[in-house]
Amino acid sequence: MSTDAPPPSKEQHKLPSPEEFAEVQESAEFGELRRSYRSFAFPLTVAFIAWYLLYVLLSNYAGGFMGTKLFGNINVALLLGVAQFVTTFLIAWWYSRHAAAKLDPKAEAIKSRMEGGA
Amino acid sequence: MSPAQQTLLAANEASEHRPLIITLFALFVLATLGITVWAGRQTKDAADFYAGGRQFSAFQNGLAVSGDYMSAASFLGIAGAIALFGYDGFLYSIGFLVAWLVALLLVAEPLRNSGRYTMGDVLAYRMRQRPVRTAAGTSTIVVSIFYLLAQMAGAGVLVSLLLGITSDAGKILIVALVGLLMIVYVSIGGMKGTTWVQMVKAVLLIGGTILITFLVLLKFNFNISDLLGQAAENSGKGAAFLEPGLQYGMTGTSKLDFVSLGIALVLGTAGLPHILIRFYTVPDAKAARKSVNWAIGIIGGFYLMTIALGFGAAALISQDEIIASNPSGNTAAPLLALHLGGVDSTWGAILLATISAVAFATILAVVAGLTLASSSSFAHDIYANVIRKGKASGAEEVRAARWATVFIGVVSIGLGALARDLNVAGLVALAFAVAASANLPTILYSLFWKRFTTQGALWSIYGGLIVAVGLVLFSPVVSGDPKAMFPEVDFAWFPLKNPGIISIPFGFLMGWLGTILSKEEPDAKKYAELEVRSLTGTGAH
Repeated sequence: MSTDAPPPSKEQHKLPSPEEFAEVQESAEFGELRRSYRSFAFPLTVAFIAWYLLYVLLSNYAGGFMGTKLFGNINVALLLGVAQFVTTFLIAWWYSRHAAAKLDPKAEAIKSRMEGGA
Repeated sequence: MSPAQQTLLAANEASEHRPLIITLFALFVLATLGITVWAGRQTKDAADFYAGGRQFSAFQNGLAVSGDYMSAASFLGIAGAIALFGYDGFLYSIGFLVAWLVALLLVAEPLRNSGRYTMGDVLAYRMRQRPVRTAAGTSTIVVSIFYLLAQMAGAGVLVSLLLGITSDAGKILIVALVGLLMIVYVSIGGMKGTTWVQMVKAVLLIGGTILITFLVLLKFNFNISDLLGQAAENSGKGAAFLEPGLQYGMTGTSKLDFVSLGIALVLGTAGLPHILIRFYTVPDAKAARKSVNWAIGIIGGFYLMTIALGFGAAALISQDEIIASNPSGNTAAPLLALHLGGVDSTWGAILLATISAVAFATILAVVAGLTLASSSSFAHDIYANVIRKGKASGAEEVRAARWATVFIGVVSIGLGALARDLNVAGLVALAFAVAASANLPTILYSLFWKRFTTQGALWSIYGGLIVAVGLVLFSPVVSGDPKAMFPEVDFAWFPLKNPGIISIPFGFLMGWLGTILSKEEPDAKKYAELEVRSLTGTGAH
């Protein structure tokens, strides 16, 4: 690969060959990126869907519990509903922090090496 | 005075101030048309038309995503559902929000990294292009048309409230006007114009909602418990109004319907084509992630305020009046504005006009977003890649997209009259169910399952699509119910209003079956390319 090629810019990055893609996919570095992404995103997805479904099922089949008044006219149902909002905000924040710290540096290293051809 | 007379009075009240209402509408239309023409001048190539040149910031796109997402369903539909059924209506708000986590964690970034213009780009990446793109285009258009139907129903409802137009001819005229405007927005402004229209609309909608929320809370001295208490009392249902079960708790079947709706809501968002293509308008995957975060913040804040809108309407307006105005409660939010200002006062009329103009802006913008998604998919997936086999130039693609816009505009005008009495949130939930059944399984398998094949993709798209739409067709939404589209006939043998609980697992199952039964080998090289690209952004446009 020529070393005196102009530095890669946004406009003219080189698309790697299928062989290069296959090679990177097999590499330990990419394996680590994939593991770091999947081991975070997949269990978390299962968890928040389960938490949401629990809420839906409680609404359906545990009316008495959900109707329990906590203070004034605020009952368990409303509190759990608002809790869904809170957990959604927290999970979004948590994932973004994980991605910025653990995923982005690895992804950028691989991308710049593949596109730069260095 | 009967509630019906009161509503009529409200409409008359509004029509006395018709010049004001029309001025507000006209201002919004003129401003957005100005933006559209300006954006149209800057739209030079296909990347501009489909993806707005990919130069929007994460915040701008987050705002635009919120604009695209908070449709008439969110504003009119949820407020109405809460006003009539209390707590059960609130499920929509929760499901619509939690759903964003699926988009954030699994879909937004890989999609931005590996696609160019449409959802079909990702689905067809490692498959045989023509069949998969045909399927992706078909499901994009079907989902968008379901969604359009809801927006058109909302437009018809608003107009009859505001201008006192109850004749079918008048309503069709308004629906035609909405359709015409959307054709202009999309065909001239493309993604750039549509994105700016979404941003303007999002600001208006949030502003209007904050205003109404503030006024409702002011009436109750910012005591939410008092607000809920009066809503429960005024609804005539007492404490039950604040508990789950009023709409869905009657029978085992209706409880199942609630679960079905809940599943469709949480899994639908990440399969909505008009939302997915928004991620192409930002420079890279990191910006896509940040725009989802902005959207979650904005949309979450908005949905929290639906508590004040819905329970506020229930507390301050009688159930009879809400129902007399629209059987599904779709006009509860504008009626609330009128009551907050005072039914016989100018202030009330001004508030009603403002909130109605906001609702109208909401509908116009979402309709434009949906039309863009369907015409892009038609031009890029079906015309360029299936009909022209990838040989069409960018200019030819954009021309095809503009013609498709006109066609889809005409179709949605035609369908607009059909769904007047259905709750718009319920209608949108159907679009979510179809998206979650046909699109989501295929997207997830494509991105994460090495073995997934062309046959698997086709089975999951068509399987999910046919079962979801088929079950809706034979559900109480279409026939056999006083509020159905065709109330006078009954061919409803499927008892649930939302098909998600059957059709979503079916879509996943078909994708898996189609794959393990297929004779072809998956394309390992293309998967290597897709996987590396989707996680790192290598070679992303």
